[in-house]
Amino acid sequence: MTAPAMGGRGRVTSAWRKRLEILFFVTPALALFGLFVVWPIITAVQLSVYRWKGFGPLVDFVGLRNYVTVLADDVFVNSIVHNLIIVGGSIAIQLPLGLAIALLLNRKMWGQGLLRTIIFVPYVLAEVIAGVVWFQLLQPEYGVIDGLLGAVGLRAPEQGWLGDPDLALWTVLVVLTWKYLGLAVILFLAGLQGVPDELYEAAQLDGASWWQVQRKITVPLLGPTMRTWAFLSMIGALQLFDMVWILTGGGPANSTTTMATYLINQGTRSQNFGIAGAASVILFVIALIMAVLYQQLILSRDTRSDVVTARRKKTKKVIR
Amino acid sequence: MKRKMRGAALIALGSTVALLAAGCVGAGSGPSESETNENADAQEFTWWHNSNTGEGKAYYDQVAADFEAETGVKVDVQAMQHEDMLTKLQAAFQSGDDAQIPDVYMSRGGGELAAEVEAGLVRDLTEDSADTISTISNFTDQYSVDDKVYALPYSMGLVGFWYNTDLFEAAGITDVSQSPTIEEFDGYLEKLEEAGTTPISVGAGDKWPAAHYWYYGVVRECPYDVVEAAIESTDYSDPCFLKAGEHVEDIIAQEPFNRGFLTTPAQTGPTSASGLLATEKVAMELAGHWEPGVAGGLTESGEVPDFLGWFAFPTFDGQGGDPADQMGGGDAWSVSAAAPDAAVDFANYLLSDEVQQGFAELDMGLPTNPAATDSLTNETLAQLIPVRDGGGVTQLYLDTRLGQSVGGAMNDEIALMFAGESGPQDVVDAIQSAAEAEQ
Repeated sequence: MTAPAMGGRGRVTSAWRKRLEILFFVTPALALFGLFVVWPIITAVQLSVYRWKGFGPLVDFVGLRNYVTVLADDVFVNSIVHNLIIVGGSIAIQLPLGLAIALLLNRKMWGQGLLRTIIFVPYVLAEVIAGVVWFQLLQPEYGVIDGLLGAVGLRAPEQGWLGDPDLALWTVLVVLTWKYLGLAVILFLAGLQGVPDELYEAAQLDGASWWQVQRKITVPLLGPTMRTWAFLSMIGALQLFDMVWILTGGGPANSTTTMATYLINQGTRSQNFGIAGAASVILFVIALIMAVLYQQLILSRDTRSDVVTARRKKTKKVIR
Repeated sequence: MKRKMRGAALIALGSTVALLAAGCVGAGSGPSESETNENADAQEFTWWHNSNTGEGKAYYDQVAADFEAETGVKVDVQAMQHEDMLTKLQAAFQSGDDAQIPDVYMSRGGGELAAEVEAGLVRDLTEDSADTISTISNFTDQYSVDDKVYALPYSMGLVGFWYNTDLFEAAGITDVSQSPTIEEFDGYLEKLEEAGTTPISVGAGDKWPAAHYWYYGVVRECPYDVVEAAIESTDYSDPCFLKAGEHVEDIIAQEPFNRGFLTTPAQTGPTSASGLLATEKVAMELAGHWEPGVAGGLTESGEVPDFLGWFAFPTFDGQGGDPADQMGGGDAWSVSAAAPDAAVDFANYLLSDEVQQGFAELDMGLPTNPAATDSLTNETLAQLIPVRDGGGVTQLYLDTRLGQSVGGAMNDEIALMFAGESGPQDVVDAIQSAAEAEQ
């Protein structure tokens, strides 16, 4: 009789102990999360329903008027379009290009390590530094790129690559591709290491060509990596700020504004903190919706444990 | 910090309720008047300024030391880079914490100052600085709210065309007028184009340098009182504002600007608008009194280029504004609401003949105290003084005058005009709707 009772008590205390332990280890992280993530979000929501100039108490409650102002502002609506162009453009350009380079660099060849490093270096550079470098390279008349074009007899656009409203966004996209291609390549390379050699060997024994091997084995098995990368790329593109701010500041003629540059322009520059708050909440909601949809529709295939792990276990068994 | 803010909010709320109950809510009675100044007799205060390098910093340290020796009050001097100072000032005001708000600080006047006054952050200097104000009364208008002076302007500079005398000469322009008409100015542009020289650089990427053209259009077409009345009544329908934009459009239509001007920054790096002037790539630039200093920092030798000359923004035949009026901006000393009385004495001391003369001798700005205007060392800068003090008014930069909210909307629209995507009426509409949204 005593034995089970004692055991019971022991189980209870150990359960409490566990809870205390969890509490002990999680609290600091939760506190930081609350302070630096949750609290700012709440503050932004709070600011978005007031008109506030940056000092004094929050007294001028305006309800949802700031949201109406933001959504009726062509500049903001165009910012969303620019963000979406960059989301789509980044994936459409970097996915095939990154995959091609990763496949190339995955083959045994001379200078492999060096090439990998070169491709990855732009990603390591601070975005601001890369931005300033490109800004100088792209200078009309005095920039290196205009100089090179001139040397081979081509004429650069009159107002420069960044000064022409029709070209600026595409120029920014090119610079972003240069900057972030390295991340795609390195992730794809890592993914490629996870594809077991036996599959290649088997395919080759079956007489598959190099192309067939890539199409039927490499790309499908790289799927989870590509989907995760696309997710990261999408979130990054939605929050794009630094590079645009350095290269164009949102100009010329608002042709490269993003949601983030819009809210800086309204917030710290024009001191319309309420409008900036509303814009940031909208940005948050858009990012959240896209992230959740992506999780549900695309990433769920990878996160559903049975498919992938089952496949892995199978291959492991085969190996053994 | 947050708790203090809540506390302040509660006090403000409480005092408002109390006033309401007493049925005596007077217009403009900010919280500053309901709070008693606890540290009026404190023997220590903080001073923020932006002369953070070289002789200027040393001079201000000396000024603070002299004041300490004289009065025994300790001055905690904090010299900061200009943009840093603005950011920190904004953060300090946002905190609403008296301990964080400096006691004496730089103010740019206009709508910004008005907003600070409305929030009860600034001390009324009308009586405590009456003597100083009478000395510099030419300039205190735009530092006043409801006829009370809240900041003491110590430097008031002008915007005008800084030009390269060598390039002008090479283009065959021998007779440069100090205050040209628009016909003469167009003649300069033509001759420079013929000589293959880019006439003007403008940092439209930063927006405000482009906006200065429009502000000057306003100064030329709208009498000072009309501008003030428009701001007062939130009504910008006077046709003079439209004319201002038309003048600017005419200048833009001649395509006198450097290539890529829509993304050119104002003053950072050799390919900025100031950099292009300093490195002799363009013939002129519309800029403030700071230009010699900025240009000096952008040349290879680090010296102020000796080819710099200055002339005023062109005048227009039959213009509505006084030709003697100019556009510019100044820096002023404000004293915060919770500052000790000694801080006011210090602000007055900063405007004294002695301190202003030393300020002028180092070319730190264009002094407002008439006793110091002859002390400027730099001759090019000194030639701005008679233009400024020639009987006209110096209209404050309009974005500062209108406050950041309206000013930001205005500058955005003017930048669009430079890109050919907006017109004179759009600029007026943008100002009108931003001003109405602020009501």
